[in-house]
Parts: sequence; structure tokens; C-alpha cells
Amino acid sequence: MSTISDPPKGSFRLSMLLNDTRYRSMTLQVIAAIALALALAYLYSNLAANLRAFGLNISFAFLGNAAGYDINQTLIDYTSQSTNLRAAFVGIINTLLVAFLACVTATVLGVIAGVLRLSNNWLVRKLMSFYVEIFRNIPVLIWIIIIFTIMTVTLPGPNEFRGDNATSSMLFDLFAFTNRGVYIPGPYFTRGFGGGEGSALNWLMVLALLAGSFFGARFVTARASRIQEATGVRPGTLLPNLTIWFLPLIAFALVFGLHWDIPELKGFNFSGGIKIGAPLIALWLALSVYTGAFIAENVRAGIQAVSKGQTEAAAALGIRQGRIMSLVILPQALRVIIPPLISQYLNITKNSSLAILVGYADITATLGGITLNQTGRAIECVLLLMAFYLIISLTISAVMNVYNKSMKLKER
Amino acid sequence: MKKSIILGALTIAGLSAVAASAGTLDDVKARGKLNCGVTTGLVGFAAPNASGEWEGFDVAVCRAVAAAVLGDATAVEFVPTTGKTRFTALSSGEIDMLARNTTWTMSRDTDLKFDFVGVNYYDGQGFMVPKALGVTSVKDLDGATVCIQTGTTTELNLADYFRKNNISYEPVPIETNAEGTQQYLAGACDTYTTDASGLASTRATFEAPNDHMLLPEIISKEPLGPLVRHGDNEWGDIVMWTLNALIAAEELGVTSANVNEMAAATDKPEVARLLGTEGDLGAMMGLDAEWAKRAIETQGNYGEIFAKNLGEETPIGLARGLNAQWTDGGLLYTPPFR
Repeated sequence: MSTISDPPKGSFRLSMLLNDTRYRSMTLQVIAAIALALALAYLYSNLAANLRAFGLNISFAFLGNAAGYDINQTLIDYTSQSTNLRAAFVGIINTLLVAFLACVTATVLGVIAGVLRLSNNWLVRKLMSFYVEIFRNIPVLIWIIIIFTIMTVTLPGPNEFRGDNATSSMLFDLFAFTNRGVYIPGPYFTRGFGGGEGSALNWLMVLALLAGSFFGARFVTARASRIQEATGVRPGTLLPNLTIWFLPLIAFALVFGLHWDIPELKGFNFSGGIKIGAPLIALWLALSVYTGAFIAENVRAGIQAVSKGQTEAAAALGIRQGRIMSLVILPQALRVIIPPLISQYLNITKNSSLAILVGYADITATLGGITLNQTGRAIECVLLLMAFYLIISLTISAVMNVYNKSMKLKER
Repeated sequence: MKKSIILGALTIAGLSAVAASAGTLDDVKARGKLNCGVTTGLVGFAAPNASGEWEGFDVAVCRAVAAAVLGDATAVEFVPTTGKTRFTALSSGEIDMLARNTTWTMSRDTDLKFDFVGVNYYDGQGFMVPKALGVTSVKDLDGATVCIQTGTTTELNLADYFRKNNISYEPVPIETNAEGTQQYLAGACDTYTTDASGLASTRATFEAPNDHMLLPEIISKEPLGPLVRHGDNEWGDIVMWTLNALIAAEELGVTSANVNEMAAATDKPEVARLLGTEGDLGAMMGLDAEWAKRAIETQGNYGEIFAKNLGEETPIGLARGLNAQWTDGGLLYTPPFR
């Protein structure tokens, strides 16, 4: 019944590339791509020619040379005799650490503030909008400086903990808050596998136990749901879950002799325990409260995007007020919240490069700061930095996009 | 009409491109101003005074060069640089010379493509501690927290020295001297290390300078001097010989007070050559005959500059030490003006 006949098939002529709408856009795109490639090639040859003119060459050999400087926060073994490459890795790990910590706290803070901003309580609502407006409208750089300065100026130096009439004392004799950082007790194992000292292997075991508990707890919950669907009565899950989470850990701790290393004042500084340096705290807090304010707005927007009918319907079914939010509204709001959340995580990672301001040894401070300075290899270092941030950002983006896909409304 | 404007603009652009590729001396003369890189503020070496004018030991070198080249010691644009930005500023051409207590090292001279034109201060790395800390030697500092400016030779010396003596420390990297002072005074670090002269000058700005002391050890050689870009030797010569003129003037007894009468009548041939009444040393560098006379007249000789900015009469109170003339047992020794 079709009345549309196929267009006449003429032979292909060169002029069709411009005149025929089927090919025109393709032609233009090819031209644009070639022009772009030429422009990039010109920029590169310009750079290479200028470097040659100054007698400089691009070489990454410096990465293998000894760095020569010390770093104050090293999560992997590092001395001043290690290579520049290792110094860069120390920086990468520090960057990832602060970015991870800040992402977690910013999300918690943002979700709480975002939900409370829609509270029916006038005071809570206003307090939260006060928080959001104050923190997102002042540059994060200033927040970092403020928190760091407050820490160094108001907290006591380790000296003030000394002597019989010390002006400061440790909290519960466990925690020391000084202007160089916070010292907390650190756990360690006195017995390792095969009878020796405790080692990293113990910690891997702890991780394995936690993973096991996680899946065990999930199984218990799933079983409870199954029984509930079949019989209408949900068996108690609290006790089995608590047992699954804590019993193996406690048993492990007893068998391998878990002890706590309490920080104590020795020489100029506290030693023992875990030190969380002032720069890390300042950076972590500042990034969290700053980005938390943005996330709060995302969360609020997401919740408001869910139709009010959903709340009313849930209430009509007799669901309690608090559970409406967690069971009905938030799961739907997540679809709106996640895409902008990705950009906030990217922002945190990139803003962590402001670490240099407070002397936190992130990748910008080690590779892009001291190494760059001491070797004079500016272009190489900056290229590596760009590559690092690009890779990290793309990875975060990819992971969050997968999560976003899994949360999306499945349309069939 | 329109076309001619475009052509004119092109010509001017072409001309300025030629001018930019000429020597630094011509650039400075055409600009009428010397761009000189200095510290962001280290009293005695380079810091703005109460009325906002830069003054200090390094500033005097900049002003002497401006006086020699442009005939006006005030025709200087001071560009504050940090330990990290200083070399980029110089190699990019943002500044014509760098006088920022910068240590002369081989790799900076060769790998970074700069030329150090001389030494205006022989220094060494020292440590400052509060007296209350009860420390009398660097070797007592095991486990201490150390404030250190990043991107400096002192950073590497510190790591080497502590490793050699098998003592540990925790570095607190800081960007500027002001930041270091704040951290040190707040007790965020036990000791502050940098060039001994810098420590003395920093201590002079404290409310209670006597509560702090410099430890006796000097752990490195730090010859500080002005530097220029490698490859423009004419300009390098001018900065080098201006500095030498200031040092030679002290040796020859020429001061800012007597420079005019010395120029009018002197029986010493070297003084006459230095001040341009005999020979044409200035013309050999592309300057006029009175280049050195102007530098000495406005800034004084090396001894006067030292006494005014760093000497024992000032709050900084540094002794001449190594920085005395060779005739007085120091290291200052200029090649002859001939």
C-alpha cells in the first residue's frame, strides 16, 4: 500500500559531498576534525621548537633519580633517597586518601542537611539554609586557610602537655589534640600468623572477615524477607546480624592479641598511635563542609522532584513518617541526585590540589611542587599531573555512571 | 584608509617583535624601567618599608643596576617572587634579573639555563629555636618538627644533614617566610631552618627576639647572588660589573659621600677608571662613562649597603664575617677595573 517509492539511485558525484544533505554534515565534520588535528600539531611543533631554541628537551629520566627531600605524611615506605617516581606515588596516595575521606563526609553531611532543609521545623530548616548559604558562597580556599589557622593558633603545642603542671592534657588519656595534628590510639596485633609479630597480613584477614560478615548479613536479611513474603511474619534480624558482624572480629582480636598503641609525649612530639596531621584535617574538613553544602542543594532538588502524591500515597498506606523518606522518597530522588553528585565528587578530587596551601603532601605538592622545583622539569611534571587528574576524574566518572545506570528507572 | 591602518598595525607588530628579540639591555632602555625579581618580603634583604618603598640588601643591587643603566635608581619595578615562582619568572622574561637571596648551584647554572653573575652574600643554612626548648645543637633535634621553605636548596640540605647524622625529623613545608614565621611562632614547628641571614632578619621582626636563638651549626654553603638568563652575556656583564663596582668601591674607599669629589680629583688610576674620568670602561658594555658613579652615589658602596640594611647597627645585627673585603679577611674579591 505504500505510495512512497525509493528515491532514484544516481551514481555518486563529488559535488554531492556538499550539496546532498545526506553527506553534507559528514563532510563538514571531517573538515573540522582535520582542522583540529592541524591546530594541535601546530601547537605541539611550536612547543617543541621553542624548547629546542632554549636548549631544553622533554625527558622523564628525572623520575628515576633520588628525590632528595622528605615528606611529612607517607603511607608507603619513603625516604629522601627514594626516587622522584616514588615521591609522586606518595603524593597520589595522599590525594586519594583526602579525596575519599572528603567524599564520604561531604555526602553524609550533604544528605543530612538536604533532608533537614525540607523539615517542617522552622528552626531546623533555617539553620540548614544558613549552613548552605554560608559555606557554598565562600571560596573553599578561604575555608582551608581558616580551619588550618584556627587549628595552629588555638590548639596547644605538644610542649604544653609536658611537665607536672602542664597547661594541656590528653582527652581521656587517649587522644591528644595539638596544633600539629590529632593523635589517636592505633590498634596493632601482638601475634601474627606462624607465631611472629603482627603484620599487614593480620589486617588483610580483618578485611576478609568484614567482607564475609557483609555477605553473611545480606543473606540473613534476604532470608528474613523471603520468610516474610511467604508467611507474613518477619523473623528478628537484629541479633543474628550483630553476631555475624562482631563475633568473628572479637574472636580474631582475642586470638591474635589486639592491643592499642596509646600516643604519648616523647621528645618533641607525641609518638605511638596514629597521627592525623593538621593539614589533612584542615583540608578534609574544608572540602567536606564546602562540597557538603552543594550536595545538600542537590539532595533538596532531588527530593522536591519526587511528586507530593508519593508521600501522600505512602502515608495513606500507613507507612510511618520517617520511613516514607527512606523507603519511598529517597530511592526515587536518587535518580535526580546522582548525576550532579558525580560532578561534586570530581570537584572534591580536583579541589584537593589546594592542599599545597597548608603543606599537605598531595600529588600537586610532591610531583608538581617540590620535584618540579628541584629538577626544573616543569613541562614534564605538569603533563604528568594533568594525566593523573584526568585518569582519576574519568575513573570516578565511570564508576559513578555505572551506579547511575543501576539506579535508573528501568523502562521495558 | 582601513587597509593602511591594518598594514600600519602589522608593521608595528613586526617592529616590536624585532625589539623583543633584541638584548635585555635594549628592552630595559626601551621600557625605561628595570623589572627586578625580589622576595615576597624578608626584612633587610627586600621588603617594602612603612611608606611602601622597597628597600634592603637585594633591593640595593636592583637599584644600582637601574642607576647604572637608566640613570635613575627609582626606575625599578619590583616583582615579588616565591621560592617556587622565581625561576619561571626569570626564564619567561617577566623579570630582567633576579636578586632574591638565591643560592648559586651548579644545576641552576647549567640545567636551568641561568647565569649567576657573582655573590653578594656568603651565607650558610642555620636553625632557629625558641630558647625555652632547651636545645643547644642541631644534633639534639631528633624527632623534631622542622619548618622549611619548599623549592629551596635548604630543603635538600636538611634531608641530607639529618640522614647523615642519623636523626629523624618531620618536615612542615611552607611557601613564604611570613607563613614560616606564623607557624614557628604558633609552635606548629619546633625549629625553623633557612639561610642564617634570613633567620636573623626574621628574628628581628619578632616581638621578643631574645626568646629565640640560632643554633651554632651552619650545615651548608649558601653563596647568594643575583642571576640573569643564560645566553644574554651583554646584560649579564652589566649586572656582574655593577655588583663588582659596589664591592670595588668599598675596597678603594669610594663612598656615596665622597664619590663626587673623588670623581673630580683623584690620584688613584683605578678609582678614575671606575668612576669614568679615565678610560671608557662604560662604553665597552654599552653604557655611558658615569654608570658606576651613579650606582655608588645612589646606593653607596658594598660596605654602606651592608651596614644600612643588615649591619650591627640595624635590628638584624649581622656581622660582616665572610662578607668582609679580602683585605679584612673576608671573601669579597673583585677582578680589577682595567
